[in-house]
Amino acid sequence: MKDLLRFATAGSVDDGKSTLVGRLLYDTKSVLADQIEAVQRASVDKGLSTPDLSLLVDGLRAEREQGITIDVAYRYFSTPTREFVLADTPGHVQYTRNTVTGASTAELAVLLVDARHGVVEQTRRHAAVLALLHVPRLVLAINKIDLIDYDEAALTAIAKDFAGLARSLGFADDAVVTIPVSALVGDNVVERSAHTPWYDGPTLLGHLESVPVTPPEAGAPFRLPVQYVIREHASDYRGYAGQVASGTVRPGDEVVVLPGGHRTTVASVDTADGPLATAGAGRSVTVRLTDDIDIARGDVLAAADAPPRVTTELDATLCWLSDKPLRAGARLLLKHGARTTQVIVGALGDRLDTDAVAYVDAPETLAINDIARVSLRTADPLPVDDYADIRTGGSFLLIDPPTGNTLAAGLVGSPLTLAG
Amino acid sequence: MTAPVMDALDALESEAIHIFREVAGEFDRPVILFSGGKDSTLLVHLAVKAFAPAPVPFPLLHVDTGHNYAEVIEFRDRIVAEKGLRLEVAHVQDWIDDGRLTERPDGTRNPLQTVPLLDSIVEKRYDAVFGGGRRDEERARAKERIMSLRDGFGRWDPRSQRPELWNLYNGRHAPGEHVRVFPISNWTELDVWRYIQREGIELPSIYFSHRREVFRRDGMWLAEGPWGGPRGAEALEERTVRYRTVGDGSCTGAVESTATTLDEIIAEVTASRLTERGATRADDRMSEAAMEDRKREGYF
Repeated sequence: MKDLLRFATAGSVDDGKSTLVGRLLYDTKSVLADQIEAVQRASVDKGLSTPDLSLLVDGLRAEREQGITIDVAYRYFSTPTREFVLADTPGHVQYTRNTVTGASTAELAVLLVDARHGVVEQTRRHAAVLALLHVPRLVLAINKIDLIDYDEAALTAIAKDFAGLARSLGFADDAVVTIPVSALVGDNVVERSAHTPWYDGPTLLGHLESVPVTPPEAGAPFRLPVQYVIREHASDYRGYAGQVASGTVRPGDEVVVLPGGHRTTVASVDTADGPLATAGAGRSVTVRLTDDIDIARGDVLAAADAPPRVTTELDATLCWLSDKPLRAGARLLLKHGARTTQVIVGALGDRLDTDAVAYVDAPETLAINDIARVSLRTADPLPVDDYADIRTGGSFLLIDPPTGNTLAAGLVGSPLTLAG
Repeated sequence: MTAPVMDALDALESEAIHIFREVAGEFDRPVILFSGGKDSTLLVHLAVKAFAPAPVPFPLLHVDTGHNYAEVIEFRDRIVAEKGLRLEVAHVQDWIDDGRLTERPDGTRNPLQTVPLLDSIVEKRYDAVFGGGRRDEERARAKERIMSLRDGFGRWDPRSQRPELWNLYNGRHAPGEHVRVFPISNWTELDVWRYIQREGIELPSIYFSHRREVFRRDGMWLAEGPWGGPRGAEALEERTVRYRTVGDGSCTGAVESTATTLDEIIAEVTASRLTERGATRADDRMSEAAMEDRKREGYF
């Protein structure tokens, strides 16, 4: 039985991310002959003597023309033990926006640095965003080690430098693994390198294959946003459909329906294939309850003994993703779980300076790629968790009412605590 | 006690069901594009599971080029009847007959589907259109969102897509705009086949190896039909073939194969050194960015 690992890449423009992704796909034999032929043709057209693996992943016209990656792309490959969904995020323009997008669904992030430059500003920014988003595991891939003659001392220094940064961002030591690689040559990506006899850790793929994938939500209290009420008249069926956001649910569990506050008991956890004895985080189910309560889309079923708090006043952290700036007093829409409600933005609080990795003074407005604390007031009460405790219960979108565009990624509370 | 770990197919199934239910909750008039091919058949199977025991709350729409394989049309109509679904058909021929479309000199009708699709969306006021597109199919599709806004002309703008965060899908749209929804974005061709096997999903017979009269063109085996062919030196010959994708007969080629069971197909797909589009879709070969260009015009 294969499981699924969702991971993301991050790194600066010229760190060789596309080449690394191309290498992973190529060396896992996930690239087929017609795709390789296309890359070989294009590489010859560009006057190159060896195939440019980055062409495997840069799919849009403008990307090929400019030689850059514009937008998050999703890649798929598998090995005999595991399937992988890779959110390939560009380091170029709008770095925060793309890193936030890729990191929001990632169970692991691969952060690239260039061995010649070590930890640079962009590394600090990306690491800060990955920490803010609570990506559970991190790989520091030190790339282009062939260009520094596989110098162990230089690589050790970079690893040590990064370990200090990761610790200050709140990553546990065992959550970060450093792997020296050359994406161009293939060292330690899929094949172990003969050039690094001093390195006794896993290859990148070996690590991706063996790292545990249990989501942090698995051990958290039960939450299920009700997406849809399923009614079937012939059999008088009424069930509440949704994806278990965190924890587990089983028949007999006492649950509370929020924001209303009614308590009831789970009668059965149904699927089209029949009822389940237990359903865990990520599983789409339909829950029937023992009492006849009025429940609609947007309500949340939660563990009665560990419910989320219900509030109209939120302290949150926003990652601002739009060109349209945010000012205090703005009236927007907020989507949390299956509920969309109106929201008024209160005072803007401290802004995260991702270069210095420190909170600085409150800004007048939020511009694209800014990250800042903010207070919000919602029209309807929301059952929320702190993002630091439960990612799914503490995440929301801010939406522009006239255009419908997504303006911000929102995280309830202050999920990034910076240690001295 | 913790819940049993979900395998990759369970996780993909749950994600797709979540997406179907989000659309049912947020939109007024969704529709599922259904051609009878393996991806859209999988889509319908997932939709049935998402709302069981209640019926699927959406109709199906087939843009019929008129160049479909008889086995596929028979299958399409039978599945619709068996599952109690509602099917709308937009016949490309109707658009050609009244002059809104002109037959192309090369005879292929695949690119002609866009206009009937967009016209149907406007006429029926569909606001969410489900498709069976997968991001592993093609490089431009790798950039596609699960919920993807289309403007009043049905156009896709890859440079101004909404970021897709966590599993919170933003389906807001203005009147006249619609959203394309791809619940199986994260599936690969092999996932699709393994799931079809696991769930016992029935498919049109042409996916399985059979004897067929075909002719060679551009390195593909095409069947005889109203789309033109064989022409000139092209000669019909009987071969043992099957189809990896199902679409307009003018540009969907068969592959030589002896795979008659799902086990054999999965073994064949696993060992194949060609992508399904590279092997069997002539229209994707037109240029480096053929798919991107067609998607910008409103194609799926």
